[in-house]
Amino acid sequence: MELYYYLIVSLIVFIIGMIGFFIRRNLITLLMCVELMLNAANLALMVFGTKWGWIEAQAIVLLVMTVAAAEVAVGLALMIVVYKHYSHLFIDQMTKLKG
Amino acid sequence: MWGLAGLIIIFPLLGLLINLFIGNRLSRKWIGVIACGSVALSCLATIVFAVLFHFNYPAEGSIEANWYQWIVSGSFVVDFGFRIDWLSLVMALTVSFVGFLIHVYSVGYMWEDPGYRRYFIYLNLFMMMMLMLVMANNLGLLFVGWEGVGLCSYLLIGFWFEKHSASEAGKKAFIVNRIGDFGFLLGMLLIYREFGSLNFNVIEANMGEHVASQIILGIALLLFCGAAGKSAQFPLHVWLPDAMEGPTPVSALIHAATMVTAGVYMVSRMGFLYEQSPYALMIVTGIGLFTAFFAATMAVVNKDFKRVLAYSTISQLGYMFAACGAGAYVAAIFHLITHAFFKALLFMGSGSVMHALGGELNIEKMGGVKEKMKWTALTFVIASLAISGIIPFAGFWSKDAILAAVWHKYGPVIWIIGIVTAILTAFYIFRLVFEVFYSERRVEEKTWDHAHESPPAMIRPMMILALFSIIIGFVGLPFKRFNLIERALATVLPVAHGTEVSVANEIILMIIVLAGALFSIYLAFTFYMKKRNYLDTLLASFKKIHHVLINKYFVDEIYHKIIIAPLWYVSDKFLYKIIDVFMIDGSVDGIAHISRGTGKYLRKIQSGNTRSYAFAIVIGMLLIFIYYFWKIHKG
Repeated sequence: MELYYYLIVSLIVFIIGMIGFFIRRNLITLLMCVELMLNAANLALMVFGTKWGWIEAQAIVLLVMTVAAAEVAVGLALMIVVYKHYSHLFIDQMTKLKG
Repeated sequence: MWGLAGLIIIFPLLGLLINLFIGNRLSRKWIGVIACGSVALSCLATIVFAVLFHFNYPAEGSIEANWYQWIVSGSFVVDFGFRIDWLSLVMALTVSFVGFLIHVYSVGYMWEDPGYRRYFIYLNLFMMMMLMLVMANNLGLLFVGWEGVGLCSYLLIGFWFEKHSASEAGKKAFIVNRIGDFGFLLGMLLIYREFGSLNFNVIEANMGEHVASQIILGIALLLFCGAAGKSAQFPLHVWLPDAMEGPTPVSALIHAATMVTAGVYMVSRMGFLYEQSPYALMIVTGIGLFTAFFAATMAVVNKDFKRVLAYSTISQLGYMFAACGAGAYVAAIFHLITHAFFKALLFMGSGSVMHALGGELNIEKMGGVKEKMKWTALTFVIASLAISGIIPFAGFWSKDAILAAVWHKYGPVIWIIGIVTAILTAFYIFRLVFEVFYSERRVEEKTWDHAHESPPAMIRPMMILALFSIIIGFVGLPFKRFNLIERALATVLPVAHGTEVSVANEIILMIIVLAGALFSIYLAFTFYMKKRNYLDTLLASFKKIHHVLINKYFVDEIYHKIIIAPLWYVSDKFLYKIIDVFMIDGSVDGIAHISRGTGKYLRKIQSGNTRSYAFAIVIGMLLIFIYYFWKIHKG
């Protein structure tokens, strides 16, 4: 049952990401937190893949990582635009979607 | 070959389509040529088919030409088909011939009107619908024509729609006609239920089967309701006098010669059904004669040139229904034909006078018009002699035939109403003749200087109609051998057998009618030419009657009080204030209010703060987790 520990690691990483997302203000940090959560999920997937002998899980994880890399590229590009617009990256001050 | 009879209808349709689609590129002359030419062609086609029919006369007396099945719904089938027999041919001939002359007259009359092209489009549409009405071989297709002519009537009465009274009159005509049509439609449905078809031949063939007499009576009365609406019989006569708001040729064509006679045609066509129900016949004669008398009395006092003629039309239509009710369908159709000629001519004369006097309609402001309009005066007098029933003009023969039939079927008491009406007819029409054409001039000088005889395009059709008003009566001489119209129509219409009036009786009746008419012409001459001061004394002594007559028996006022005013009241107080404002607007507005109210609170969730969205997602996910944990643990 040593797989159990991997799951705990995954959970801890996820919670770090989540809490980070809630308490940090800088957009770049938030992006990093999102990446943490994503990789925590990847890890959990790997755990269950191993547990059930399900080899495709590894393929899915690779796919997710690829998509995440692409997403980071888009995210960073967006951030540059946002920075040009606001001259800062503080998420608290971006509330233009307020209804 | 007989399918080609559809050409009679197709020609006006073609004329209408040409004027509709490329008429804006054509000159006025060509629009007129196309409109008149198409009707002339359909008149020619009718003549050709009449000749063909005469030489290929079928044993059963009629030919059916079906183009296709128009409505098929289970056992209910309505064909798009024509019926060729002497009745439809005679009707089509009258309609297309008088229609052609009126088209030509219209070219002169409407020449300067900005709506010239629109006018001829409507007029051709009318011809098409009217011909469809008379050629149809079943009630369904007849109804199409029936509604079509009603539509054209509405469009043409309201032709000068910028004038409020004209658009109101159009609306009135349409609505009153709808009341009649409702009855007609119910009658049709009942016929389908009882006889299983709307085809005239099938209905007639199934007539022998046992159908309760009450149902026959019901059908007859419902159909008569439609006829009364279309032919302006009491109590649905109110629309016709107002219909005079339309251009005068329209009054001549639609509201005198053709459309209003559709009711008489339909009742004659269904004559075999009416013959089964003596009560229905009595009611038809009763309403007919009552209307004849009732309208004639109003015509005596009215001061509006065209309205007098309109009341006269109602009155003459009443005669035709009286004839139908007396079983003398041939006489009804005969009077319909002669009436089409002389009444169209009377209207054309009034139009010609209006044209000359700048649209003046009040006969008290006319007089002595003969000096400037010799031809109009001459033709008008001929038509007046025809309608008064002076020998040997057309009206004499047809009116005599009707009165003889009424005498024979219902006896002298009912007949006297007919005679009194005939006397009134001669009086009011010669009142017009003397007031307008012969008495001393009461026209304002300025108008008088502009007065002139109408252009040839108007005068020539009038001359032709005048000629026919003299001679058309000879097709129906009251002696068996010479009665062409009866010989032709008796193949289609039911004829009462063994009830011929003896020659001596016939001649005595004729002399009475003639004497009455001549006497009342003399009376009109005295009142309006020689001793005009008699009139004032007469008016003073019959003030109350005159008041009732000039106000048209207050029928419009009564309708207003008992129908229109309550309708308005209910519409305003209940339908508008409660249903519309409170319920419909209330529910629609209510839904909008609810959405806006909830939106007002829900929008607070949209803070624009990314973190709170993320928080919502986490909470949502947690809830889903909790749900599944709970479910797994429970299961």
